[in-house]
Amino acid sequence: MKVVIMGCGRVGARVASLLDHTGNHVTVIDVDSRSFRRLPAGFRGETTIGTGIDEDVLRRAGIEDADAFIAVTNGDNRNIMAAQVARLIFDVPEVVCRIYDPVREDTYRRLGLTTVCPTTTVSAIILDQVMRASSEKAGPRGGSD
Amino acid sequence: MYVIVAGGGKVGFYLSQHLLADGHEILLIERNADRVVEINEVLGAVAIAGDAAEASTLVAAGAPRADVVVAVTGEDEDNLVICQVAREKFHVGRTIARVNNPKNEHLFRMLGVDVTVSQTNYILNLIEQAIPDRSFVHLISLRHEDLAIVDAKVSETSAVAHRAIGEIELPQNTAIAAIARGANLIVPSPATELLPGDDIIAVAHQDQEDALRRLLV
Repeated sequence: MKVVIMGCGRVGARVASLLDHTGNHVTVIDVDSRSFRRLPAGFRGETTIGTGIDEDVLRRAGIEDADAFIAVTNGDNRNIMAAQVARLIFDVPEVVCRIYDPVREDTYRRLGLTTVCPTTTVSAIILDQVMRASSEKAGPRGGSD
Repeated sequence: MYVIVAGGGKVGFYLSQHLLADGHEILLIERNADRVVEINEVLGAVAIAGDAAEASTLVAAGAPRADVVVAVTGEDEDNLVICQVAREKFHVGRTIARVNNPKNEHLFRMLGVDVTVSQTNYILNLIEQAIPDRSFVHLISLRHEDLAIVDAKVSETSAVAHRAIGEIELPQNTAIAAIARGANLIVPSPATELLPGDDIIAVAHQDQEDALRRLLV
């Protein structure tokens, strides 16, 4: 599978590394070449410097025959715009977009983007852990009374 | 009319000032709180600090009752998302976006922004018009039907020189609106003869601009 990833932060670099490791062809885009240092030593994929909201940069990264596009920069709006370019202009079959703001995430999910919202996901996990911990604590104590 | 302006740079500031003077109700959203203080000192309490792409900011700004949302920040991705959120979430009837990179104009319109303003294209057009001896200049784009007004200078070797307008077969969806000959404005009729040096002001469908250029220049 050919995958283009926009944003080489912690998540971008990790996803790139995992996909590369499982035999996919990966190209990572980032505005800052220093970000590519996050990629592991044995990374066989490619890197492109530039912003993924620019069609020409996406073309250089091989978006035209990509099977998937992943937008994981720090900017919600940049991810949203790039994801829409990938989907509407380049017809990329699988487009995933990270959006931190839950309201914006909801809006664009309704508009048909595949979205990931770390804010709601991580909050839910943390909440779940806290609730579990408190119920475990409450459990034995309740029993001993 | 109630207008929400997103982005308090020079464009946002002067636009708000202008609309206020026209008697409209304005709310300006600017991310930088210091800039908000500055703007409010000049324009009165019209600006609030916040991220205009954030739904809570738009709620505080009264987006559901806004007639128009204008996004004029320096970042295209922000302008796009502000307009899309205003439209999808708050059903704002008209959204206008400034496009910093002319490449994005088409995309913005595809994605539902009602009006796009590309300052780069405007500046290019103005400079193009100011360069002497340009034979074919795109003067303005009319949004509604993808029409443009162009200015074509008839050359000595042009196929239409010394011919009457009635004899010329113009490309489809084009019309000669006026002829500037020296200081005179000529309202064209089928009998009007075109002369080398004439400036032809024509309305053309944007697809036909090249055909018109080949014919007239």
